[in-house]
Amino acid sequence: MWKNLLDWIEYRIPMMRVANMHAIQYPAPRNMNFWYVFGFLATIVLVNQIVTGIWLTMNFVPSAEGAFASVEYIMRDVEYGWLLRYMHSTGASAFFIVVYMHMFRGMIYGSYQKPRELLWLFGMFIYLALMAEAFMGYVLPWGQMSYWGAQVIVSLFSAIPVIGPGLVEWIQGDFVISGATLNRFFALHVIALPLVIVILVFLHIVALHEVGSNNPDGIEVKRPKGSLKEEEKTKFAMHEYYTNRYDIIDDVVPFFPHIVLKDLVAFTVFLALFSYVMFFNPEMWGKFLEHPNFEIANPLKTPAHIFPVWYFTPFYAILKAVPNKLFGVIAMFAAIAALALLPWLDRGKVRSWRYRSGLHKWNLIIFAIVFIFLGYLGGTPQANWKILASQILTVMYFGFFGLLWLYSKNESTRPLPTRITK
Amino acid sequence: MSNTPVDNSRRRFLTVATSVVGGVGVVGAAVPFIASWNPSERAKAAGADVEVDISKLEPGQMMRVEWRSKPVWIVRRTKAILDALAGHEDQLRDPNSEEDQQPAFAKNRYRALKEEYLVLVGVCTHLGCSPQHMKNGQFEEFVEGVPDGFFCPCHGSKFDMAGRVFQSVPAPLNLVVPPYYYIDDNRILIGQEGEVA
Repeated sequence: MWKNLLDWIEYRIPMMRVANMHAIQYPAPRNMNFWYVFGFLATIVLVNQIVTGIWLTMNFVPSAEGAFASVEYIMRDVEYGWLLRYMHSTGASAFFIVVYMHMFRGMIYGSYQKPRELLWLFGMFIYLALMAEAFMGYVLPWGQMSYWGAQVIVSLFSAIPVIGPGLVEWIQGDFVISGATLNRFFALHVIALPLVIVILVFLHIVALHEVGSNNPDGIEVKRPKGSLKEEEKTKFAMHEYYTNRYDIIDDVVPFFPHIVLKDLVAFTVFLALFSYVMFFNPEMWGKFLEHPNFEIANPLKTPAHIFPVWYFTPFYAILKAVPNKLFGVIAMFAAIAALALLPWLDRGKVRSWRYRSGLHKWNLIIFAIVFIFLGYLGGTPQANWKILASQILTVMYFGFFGLLWLYSKNESTRPLPTRITK
Repeated sequence: MSNTPVDNSRRRFLTVATSVVGGVGVVGAAVPFIASWNPSERAKAAGADVEVDISKLEPGQMMRVEWRSKPVWIVRRTKAILDALAGHEDQLRDPNSEEDQQPAFAKNRYRALKEEYLVLVGVCTHLGCSPQHMKNGQFEEFVEGVPDGFFCPCHGSKFDMAGRVFQSVPAPLNLVVPPYYYIDDNRILIGQEGEVA
């Protein structure tokens, strides 16, 4: 009965074939470690954001008059409204935490290198769309930080010569940030950008499965057809889509159940941390939900200190470090563009930092520290020493890419193993 | 990979145990999503019980109050009106209130807790209009020999002075009697049935 139903469906749509190809008999390197759980976690958070977001729209009022009060209403009167909102707000921060970990994983193991350039680019587009999504979502509660954050970010576009001021008016739909801005941000936040993100995630996964997953050793598990002896090939059943084109070495496991179960363990740990923040510290000392945002937007009074939410602060620090408005904006966008260009800035042939030079390892570690420190500088009140510090760190941020481009051409690397190591 | 032989019963137990725990988690996580569709505290406050003072109501008079954004009528019926109720029962769809349109205490000819006072939700059971109170013979125009009643201007449904629907009209059911009880002789609480229902 059950079998017949499945056959009936399979004859009409390739349900099991796709499941086998992409979720079950997908060859995953067996040495995927802790760093490889963040893609899965990002997917989980995406689902969380979509589901809780849909529920929030059921009570949210997208207007300058009603937005703030409707968020209070959700928090106080709607059954479990507080939980749905905290799931969504904690999810936003969690999204960036897992995405930053996911990106750093790609950097240390060289997952952006040939043939995964497009995969990396799709990832960068997801990151860009995610930043736009998060920014617009933060405007919706219409608190003081929503309003003035929007003011600052939208004003960035006024730095563009000639068309800048007109562009800002066009984005705002008014001469100031107003209800019209709130309304269009709502439309973009709940429909346009989520669609874009979901489509990009789909493309990201399609591209990943076409080129195959990288691994901490950075060596290929899919070898040219006919290059492996029978005893060297994997004993697991892998989908013919892969085995027809490649010989797959005996260093892989099927995605289900091996990788899925590993991801589920990570998921339980993640869920514990997530729940802790959501239930006991949803504001995260003003980092996840900033305190000025508990006051309704007031166009006549700027809060004493304006910061974006924590995940934007490294770029905000770069913006503030440059004394010229236009070049500050350019530097900020260049900081993101540089990441997108990694596949071409890195001229090395060895992927993983395990087999690359000490210089490369230190370059990566210092880059991570610089990024975190910039985040600190961009997210705390101004002080004189911080201007100089953020200028030095901005140079170091771009220095990472410059150095990488220079040394990767003739880098002294260790020999790669032919098989995945323990 | 270790070479320990696979213990299938242990494996099955762990699979079932984790699935059950996971299933409980899914059910638990579904609770907020389902519960948040319930009327919010604001809606509940707006739909709270309404206390009505009926001491100023003259015989034959009707008053309207709002309960859950709906009109509720309170009519003080005269002896003549009450006596007339028995006269036209052959023309009614549901003279004995068999359909569940009232609290148990109102399942009688008068559809009320105290015969004298009729409490009804003034919303036609056809498409939700609010019928008009026709009194002192005005209703004769619609039903011969019945001087008082309710007539719905939207689609012409007719109800007698106990909210019972006449035959051959669009409305299928008697008007709804809301839950209510007497706090004392002069005050009614609409929204819940008292302990002495």
